[in-house]
Parts: sequence; structure tokens; C-alpha cells
Amino acid sequence: MQKGIDKVVVLEVEDIHKKYRGQDILKGISFKVRKGETKVIIGPSGTGKSTLLRCINQLTIPDKGRIWLEGEEVIHTKKNINQFRQKMGMVFQDFNLFDHLTALGNVEIGLTRVKRMDKDEARQKAIEELKKVGLEEQANLYPAQLSGGQKQRVSIARALAMDPKVMLFDEPTSALDPELIGEVLEVIKNLAIQGMTMILVTHEMGFARSVANEIIFMEDGKILESGPPYQLFNNPKYERTKRFLKKITELYGE
Amino acid sequence: MVENFLMIFQALPYLLRGSLVTIGLVGGALFLGFIMGIPMAVGQVYGNKLIANLIFFYVWFFRGLPVLVLLFLFYFGLFSLMGLNLPAFTSAILVLGLRSAAYQSQIFRGSIQSLGEGQMLAARSLGMSKIQAIWNIILPQALRISIPGWSNEYSIILKDSAVSYAIGVMELLTRANFISTRTYKPMPVFLTCALIFLLLTYGGVKVLNLLEKKVRIPGYAYGRREI
Ligand SMILES: Nc1ncnc2c1ncn2[C@@H]1O[C@H](COP(=O)(O)OP(=O)(O)O)[C@@H](O)[C@H]1O
Ligand SMILES: [Mg+2]
Repeated sequence: MQKGIDKVVVLEVEDIHKKYRGQDILKGISFKVRKGETKVIIGPSGTGKSTLLRCINQLTIPDKGRIWLEGEEVIHTKKNINQFRQKMGMVFQDFNLFDHLTALGNVEIGLTRVKRMDKDEARQKAIEELKKVGLEEQANLYPAQLSGGQKQRVSIARALAMDPKVMLFDEPTSALDPELIGEVLEVIKNLAIQGMTMILVTHEMGFARSVANEIIFMEDGKILESGPPYQLFNNPKYERTKRFLKKITELYGE
Repeated sequence: MVENFLMIFQALPYLLRGSLVTIGLVGGALFLGFIMGIPMAVGQVYGNKLIANLIFFYVWFFRGLPVLVLLFLFYFGLFSLMGLNLPAFTSAILVLGLRSAAYQSQIFRGSIQSLGEGQMLAARSLGMSKIQAIWNIILPQALRISIPGWSNEYSIILKDSAVSYAIGVMELLTRANFISTRTYKPMPVFLTCALIFLLLTYGGVKVLNLLEKKVRIPGYAYGRREI
């Protein structure tokens, strides 16, 4: 095990299957995420990475398979699922900020409407979260007034405000102009350093290499290979993995 | 000429009271259409097949008939069949409102569907229930987008309200017609009537434009092209 990683399993995913229109998209995915671990998922486009993340917090209901969060099974019943989703922060590729709310409002709304925190307390906490992503100055701006990088940082703050047990990032920098990617990766890196448990889908190989405790290579709805970054990059088991890494590194750089 | 002015001047209070009745009809119908139209739109987008189909049928029915046919059908037929002995004014509000609900539901539905799935996904990912997400995230945005369409609906209902003349509601047109037959001076009377309708259209649309500006989300052009 790597340094700084607790042994406690925060999230366990077992044999997840999902079909869309009769076509198998996920064909049995299993893995465990330990406390403080950063797991990076890579793989070709259309392979089911987004579907997998959505299955984990049940935005998409898997056809088969089980998920445990801190030992408790995540079951899709109306009441339960909202409890579980609060504990899993999700960051989307295209931000999905609430357009009618300010940055502060975006971070606050989960606290006031879901956690039923009182207004002042929620405001305090929301401001704290915005500070953590370096956006307290922008608290009163609306999404349309923010840059892409700022939007994504607000959406990270929005997820963090709920005090999640695990964060799910779905290609958080893919919709950003190259010069804005760095500020978002910086925030994610800090989270990793502070010991947040995370699953991150990304094409940023250099970043994956530096923050990941383990990289999972997904292809065609299955995990083809997984392991610590040095192993996947230097000594991959499969030719497919090697080719994908080579291609993606050429496309996106280190 | 002078006597025409004098006649209009004398008839004006009577006509203006008719305008108030018209405003009552329009206000009542829009309100009923609003409180029905919103759940209908939500049901059509997020409800199950059965609900969506029922709403589809409702909309098909109320949009498929001339307003006068609806008015007669309900006032002379259905309401009494249901054992309701409703006054003409109430009946007119109900019929115009039920019909407006069909139109308004489609305005709101369009706005909801224009929002993109991401808003709902993000709300649910925070742990909001579907209802909470609709209430806190979807509707506040959809309603803003709906204002221009709603403003159009206002001016349509205002004009349609004149059909209640046919069942004797003492609104603007009914009163204008009454004066016209008494004075044998249709032209000045109906001109005045037309002028009042135009002013009501202008005023209402103006108010809604102001509302649209007031609730506009900063940074959003909202259909206005910057280039
Ligand atoms: N809601 C959906 N309905 C139908 N097909 C879908 C849906 N979401 C994803 N898919 C399909 O599932 C496959 C995997 O998609 P996705 O999980 O987005 O892949 P990735 O994130 O790895 O690029 C794609 O072929 C996509 O077209
Ligand atoms: Mg994806």
C-alpha cells in the first residue's frame, strides 16, 4: 500500500452491469476505493466511464450489481437514495451549475434545501467552501459571468459543501480551454493532498500519474487492467493499455 | 362631433366598469391557467406515461375547439349537466381558464425542456428529491424563460375574453354593444371600446416586459443577441 492510505474501504462496487437499448455498456465492473485514495479511471470515449460514475450514485440505475458506501449498501429506494447521494459529491464535465443562482447560491442550496441547515450557518459554510477553491471574490456572480475554470471550481465547492465521503469527477477539465485546466487540477490536487477519497475520470495523463494511487483502464465496458501509475505507464500488462496511453499522451500531452 | 364626445364622455364610466369586468375575466382565467398549467407541464415532462397521456388529451381537446364552442358547451351544457348553476361571469372565467391551462402548460413544458438534463442531474446528485429539484431548480429557470410566451398568452386571453359577450357577461364589448344600440352611434362607441382593448394589451405586455427585465439573470442575454 502507498503512504497515507488508510485501510478502510469507503466505496465498494461489485459486478456492475448496465445495458442501454439492449446493448451491454457495463459488463461487470468491480473495485474498492479506500479512504483517502484517488482512483483514476481512463479509457476510450464511449467505453462507459460516465455511465459507471452515474451508476455509483444511482443517477443511472444499474441493471445488476451492488454498491456499498462505508459498509452500507446503496439501494435505490426513494428515501434512501437521496441520503446516499448527499454523501457522494459529483462534478460534471459541463459543470451543470444552477444558472439562476449566484456562485454562493449554488453552494448554499444543497445545505439549505437538502441538509436543512439554517440560512446563516449555510451562508458561512458556503463562503468557506468558495474560499477553498479561491472564489470568495466571485461569490455574488452568476454562472454566466464566470469563466469555465471558475464555473468548475464553483461546482466542486457545491459538491464539497455537502461533506461527501467520496467525490466523483467526470472529466472535470474536458470542457475547458487549455489555459483554464490548470486552476481546476490545482483544486483537485489539493483535495487529494488533504485526503479526500476520489474517483476521477480524466484524459490528463500527467495529472493522473501525479495524483492517482491507482489507475483503472476501462475498455469496452470492462476493467482491462488496473494498478499504480508507474506500473501502468512503465510496464502495462496489455498491448491495448500501452497503445491507449501512447495515443492519449500524444493527444493531450503530459 | 361635439355631441359624439359628449356621448362617449357620459358612457365612459359605464364602459370602464366593463373594462374592470374584462380585467377580472382575464386575471381569473390567467390565474387558473397558471396554477393548472404548471403541474400539467411538470406532469408531461416528468410524469409517467398515463399522466402524460391524460395531459396530452386535455391539451388536444382544449386547443382543438373554437373558444365560443367551448363556452357554449360548458355554459349551456356541461356545467348544468354537472348540477352546477354557475353565473355567466364565473363560467366564462372557468372556460377561458381551462383553455388557457392547455396553452400555458405547453409554454411551460417548452421552457422546462429547453433547460437541459444537466440541471436535474446536478440537483439529484446533491440529494434533492425530484420534487425538490423541480421546485428549487427547474421551475425558477423555466418560469423566467416563459415570460415572453406568457405575455403573448395574456394578450390572446384579453382578446378572447370578449366572447363572453355571447353568454351575457357585462364586460367591455357587451356594454359597448348595449350603448351602441341605444344611441345608434356604433362608430364612436366601438372605437372607444377598441381603444380600451389596445390600452389594456399595451399596459399588460409592458408590465410583463418590466417583470422579464427585473428577473433576468445577470450575464444572460435571453434571446437578445449581443452580436
Ligand atoms: N442515457 C443513455 N441512453 C442510451 N445510451 C446511452 C446513454 N448514456 C450513455 N449511453 C451510451 O453508453 C455508452 C457509454 O457512454 P459513456 O458512459 O458516456 O462513455 P464514456 O464516458 O466512457 O465516454 C455510449 O455508447 C453511449 O452512447
Ligand atoms: Mg464520459
